[in-house]
Amino acid sequence: MNIWITILGFLATVFLAFVVGVFYGGFVRKITARVQNRVGPPVYQNFLDIVKLYSKKTAINHGWMQHLGPAFAITASVTSLMFIPILNGTGWFPWFENLNFKGDLIFLLYMMVFGSLGMALGAGQTGNPNSAIGVSRGLSQMVGYEIPWVLALVALMLQTKTTSLTGLLDYQVSNGTWMMFESPFAFVAAVLAMLGMFHYAPFDVPFAPAELSSGPASEFGGKYLALMMSSGSIFSFVKLVLIVDVFMGGASNLIMLVVKTFALYMIPVLYGIVSPRYRTEQSIRYFWGWPTFIGILGVIYAVFVR
Amino acid sequence: MINDKNSKKIVDIIQDFSRRHSLFVLAYGTGCGAIEIPPTMTSRYDAERFGIRGMATPRQADLLLITGYLASKTLKRVIRAYEQMQDPKYVIGFGSCTINGGMYWDSYNTIKILSDYIPVDVYINGCMPRPEAVITGFIELQNLIKEGKANGAQKYKENLEWYRENQKKVIKDWKMPDYNW
Repeated sequence: MNIWITILGFLATVFLAFVVGVFYGGFVRKITARVQNRVGPPVYQNFLDIVKLYSKKTAINHGWMQHLGPAFAITASVTSLMFIPILNGTGWFPWFENLNFKGDLIFLLYMMVFGSLGMALGAGQTGNPNSAIGVSRGLSQMVGYEIPWVLALVALMLQTKTTSLTGLLDYQVSNGTWMMFESPFAFVAAVLAMLGMFHYAPFDVPFAPAELSSGPASEFGGKYLALMMSSGSIFSFVKLVLIVDVFMGGASNLIMLVVKTFALYMIPVLYGIVSPRYRTEQSIRYFWGWPTFIGILGVIYAVFVR
Repeated sequence: MINDKNSKKIVDIIQDFSRRHSLFVLAYGTGCGAIEIPPTMTSRYDAERFGIRGMATPRQADLLLITGYLASKTLKRVIRAYEQMQDPKYVIGFGSCTINGGMYWDSYNTIKILSDYIPVDVYINGCMPRPEAVITGFIELQNLIKEGKANGAQKYKENLEWYRENQKKVIKDWKMPDYNW
């Protein structure tokens, strides 16, 4: 296979993830506005924000690590995207096959944390106290939601005897079922962990604009902020497609993919609009409570019942 | 037409469009005018439909909104905040106090005319200006950006000595770092 055509497939995938992610961000702002009885910005508002931030003329940085932090974040997003099958079957783009290998689910568990760690290093160099507090809060919360998330995926791996994403997809397609019905406890645990992964209220502990002035991002302006916003858009698409692939049988075409991911995205968004913010310890206690218990139930179910 | 040097390139058109429809506001709310910001942003008047959105830090913001009088102490903080913002940046002076001192015109420790100290692109008159007036001010700024006249930051760079001189007349103990562009 010609390498250039595969690279074209890479670029098209990143473009798709960026466009869909940014539009989802716009829809979220619109839906939030409608819930609050406002008109709300146009759906393409996030595109305008990103273009404006990219066309800022100056961007102050306090050193190399701050320069690299947003770059780490977007690298982690794009790398995770490369390992996730967008559609089940051969690939969504005619000549594109992603970089799947045996055991890539475990690799993804590590890769999805890398962006946050890079941002933590970048924010640490700015010297802003709000950044430091935001980083420590974000990493503490990550310790919270990673546990039910890993338990849910381990339950799936035990149940299907595979650690590869394409293996999971094949299992669901060949058995004609979705994992959310095969392993319901794991699905509930993963959705509860997803509430924390998207950082919408009540789990927007690290950003908290009213008390931490947007936390880790507080010293990032101009192009750095634009890079972080692009990375966040791609990464939200990555997380949604991963959960759709793992629990909802993937999608056979792009329309089905958008329907499934959007329905899934509405869970954290709608829960977030009507919620205030937790304190850090409340958030961690939440994740170590019922979600972890349901995750353990999922593992027991996978080992002994199925 | 496209290659003509005086005409705008298509990139400039896109950039200008996004600049004027996406204004991140840093509201400097020490004066009483800050009470008019919540109704402007929330469901009654909803400034977000014009792409105007509150931001938490000066690094992320485009637009500094000075709501009301500035004491000589708070002026110091305003200058720091303004110099930390990234180019292109705009300032809106909000209320009579920023125009001529307003009801504080003979006060011993407030400044009278804001544009002597930092460049102001749009003034909104009133004591207090209602949210309709505030939104009209935002739209006036959007029109200025469209015409390319909202170049306060440029003016500040060119006349930095004059502005510094005025600022140091008010702030006696000047212990701030130099402006890092």
